Amino acid sequence: MKTIQFQIRRQDDPYSPPYWESFSIPFRKGHNVVSALMVIRENPVTREGRRVDPVAWEFNCMEEVCGACSMVINGLPRQACSTLVDNLDQPIRLEPLSKFPVIRDLMVDRSRIFTDLKRVRAWIEIDGAWNIHRGAPRVSPEAWKENYLYSRCMSCGCCMEVCPQYGEDQTFVGPATLAAVRLMNAHPTGSYHKTQRLHAIMAEGGLSDCGNAQNCVRVCPKQIPLTTAIGELGREVTLQMLRDLFGKSE
Amino acid sequence: MKRPRKVIVIGGGLGGLWSALRVAEAGFQVDLFSLFEVKRSHSACAQGGINACFDTKGERDSIWQHIVDTLKGGAYLANQPPVKSMCEEAPGLIQTFERMGVTFSRTAEGVMDLRLFGGVKNRRTVFAGASTGQQLLYGVDQEVRRQESLGRIQKYEWWEFLSLVLDGRDTCKGVTAMNLRTLEVKSFRADAVILATGGMGQTYGHRSTNSTNSTGAAACRAYRQGAWFANTEFFQFHPTAMLGDDKTRLMSEAARGEGGRIWVPQDPEDRRRPNDIPEQARFYFLEEWFPSYGNTVPRDVASRAIWRVVHEMGLGVDGEDKVYLDLTHLNPGFIEQRLHAILDIYRKFHGSDPVHEPMEIYPSAHYAMGGLWVDFEKDEQTGGLKFGSQRNHATNIPGLYACGECDYGYHGANRLGANSLLSASFSGRVAGESAATYLLGLQDDLLSVPEQYYESEISRQQEINRSLTESHGTENPYSLQRALGNLMSSQVGVVRDNDKLRQALESLKELEQRSMNINLQETSNWSNQGLVFSRQLQEMIRLGQVITASALARDECRGAHYKPAFDLTIPENTYPGDPAYEAYRQAWKRQNEDWLKTTIASAGKDGPTITYQPVDLSVLPPEEPRDYR
Repeated sequence: MKTIQFQIRRQDDPYSPPYWESFSIPFRKGHNVVSALMVIRENPVTREGRRVDPVAWEFNCMEEVCGACSMVINGLPRQACSTLVDNLDQPIRLEPLSKFPVIRDLMVDRSRIFTDLKRVRAWIEIDGAWNIHRGAPRVSPEAWKENYLYSRCMSCGCCMEVCPQYGEDQTFVGPATLAAVRLMNAHPTGSYHKTQRLHAIMAEGGLSDCGNAQNCVRVCPKQIPLTTAIGELGREVTLQMLRDLFGKSE
Repeated sequence: MKRPRKVIVIGGGLGGLWSALRVAEAGFQVDLFSLFEVKRSHSACAQGGINACFDTKGERDSIWQHIVDTLKGGAYLANQPPVKSMCEEAPGLIQTFERMGVTFSRTAEGVMDLRLFGGVKNRRTVFAGASTGQQLLYGVDQEVRRQESLGRIQKYEWWEFLSLVLDGRDTCKGVTAMNLRTLEVKSFRADAVILATGGMGQTYGHRSTNSTNSTGAAACRAYRQGAWFANTEFFQFHPTAMLGDDKTRLMSEAARGEGGRIWVPQDPEDRRRPNDIPEQARFYFLEEWFPSYGNTVPRDVASRAIWRVVHEMGLGVDGEDKVYLDLTHLNPGFIEQRLHAILDIYRKFHGSDPVHEPMEIYPSAHYAMGGLWVDFEKDEQTGGLKFGSQRNHATNIPGLYACGECDYGYHGANRLGANSLLSASFSGRVAGESAATYLLGLQDDLLSVPEQYYESEISRQQEINRSLTESHGTENPYSLQRALGNLMSSQVGVVRDNDKLRQALESLKELEQRSMNINLQETSNWSNQGLVFSRQLQEMIRLGQVITASALARDECRGAHYKPAFDLTIPENTYPGDPAYEAYRQAWKRQNEDWLKTTIASAGKDGPTITYQPVDLSVLPPEEPRDYR
């Protein structure tokens, strides 16, 4: 019988050591990694025939838009729901993202991403979520096109996984968080608070920690031009440093 | 110093985030609970857009027309004052989103672009590329994060709502919730609770477009503690969902709009690849049955036609529940440009290319028009909602509010495309404002509620956990959910019949018994996903009973609820003024006298008890039947 083979890196809780287990499920065309994990979950028996606890992992939308099911699949961080088994070499190796603390098996704690979004003030300061009887200023279609690329970031963590500067012991906020600054600064009224955001990424863990490895842009499931954002921010930060030194010249 | 009053919001999608924001802006503390990081909520899945009348296309579109389209599309079953207000407030709401930084698509002139959506004549749908829901969600998410940084909102992500805490007067004074990592059950005090827990598509198992967390479990828990459900028999089935073992994925209506054709092989035994089946051996049933609309008939009509071809005529592709949605006759460059997002999803998840090979699709449970019953207060002056009233979005349990897809408010018997993001946002805003008003009127101190109410609720919940973890039953929870999904989609689905519904109720009772005899397959007391799922499964089965009992009780066809035994069809080739048409109109009006009423389901000893409530028809009296010819 044709089968699909998996090797899964498991960990019972944040404090216990990791270990590997192998599973095998009957072949069926069209499986993605999540639907295959669902088959394992229903009958969690290893290849050796040992009944074990079901594998824990995170998933929700199954349409590659919520960012929940990030994991390392055959060495690459990706969304498990949109990774088709038919396109993968077997045995398929599944590992949790390594840059975040493991909760259990393939589940990790990505709360730091959201803490860092607060740190860089990735929001628009509105007077209140009520109707002020006007919208925001107009945006040209060209500017929209660029902004829209960045607004699709789903905080999945893939770019951070491959970034050599990002890690549990490092303060670097990572590519996605920097791109959020780029997006907020481009908004017509978001630009009013550009200086605060630039100062946030001029501090420790900010832009200067980027080592320019350019891995991030290669793994982003949404093809967000992260390195372009970082380049643009580099110029902005330089100008901001001059403004800070000499006062406003423009 | 007086202790600041507090609201608990359950759910972090559009509805929950909006309500949290408005409560925080009113100066109260918010505890926001979610099963996962709020940014991953199901609102992100909505692709098409959000309706608001801006009339920027020179079409003389009007807010009134938006109201009419929404009410008629819903077969007049929605209370009309809330719908009126929602449509009137829509443009201001969109502008607020724009201020929050949502990247709406732009015209050459830099204003928000509009697109045409199903069931309407004018361009009224604002959109952000092909990911409008995601963009709207992120816009509010950012503002909530800002409030969080100001200390006004505290998030409890990775916590599951288990039950309400009701005091001696059955007023809601908090919740119990379970930490999904430690599995600790705790109680939380609050002056009011807002449920914004989303849809219930998982009741239909993998035959739903909903996210895996859209189980309806939270709403069902509130129901079992006394909250009413309303109109749950109305479930929208999207005709063109891509099939999958894990879930179905939506192929937007745009595929048909741009020229996609739906067909099956004429011979059910024909096992050739679709491209090898010649034109004369194909059955383009929509085009044959609905010559003027053809493939672009409304969602419910298309779903029923596909059902008929597969179930009554036995013509499903390969003998399975599927038909072809074909784009291969169109210019590849054209569809690539117009339908990029759909093509992308299909290629990604199916692995084949719709440009060269027809897609395989089938109707799938997509949106619950029904949900928790909520009140409203009408403003006699405007005919719309009385803003600021504490009655708006209040459930029948004092202190408990509901908004978003988990309520039943705005869509009547069927929802218009691109009205779901609107109702989620608008209802969240209104619910937050209502809860704030409710808090202002409260006299008692939250701390005066005796601890015993919280403690007894905690031990009740711990007992449920214990019974599941310690039971060494025989049933597999995941197999049970598949059985539930198959049962619901085949017997409480697109086409309904009283005998089958009665059978379904029996089968559901049996499933409920089986769900009490579960083998969790694991005993871990850390991040035990099986325990969490099994608890949700038990609620999904009960919810299935509510949907089925409500469907059984309603002997008519209205919107998404279709019982052919009670069908009234427009006589062929007749139009208003013709005697035959007018006779039909009279029959339709008599049907309204009998059935134009809201279904209320309350939890009884032996299952749901069904009663009815009148509908407020003060804005647009039902004179014109829906006519899609």
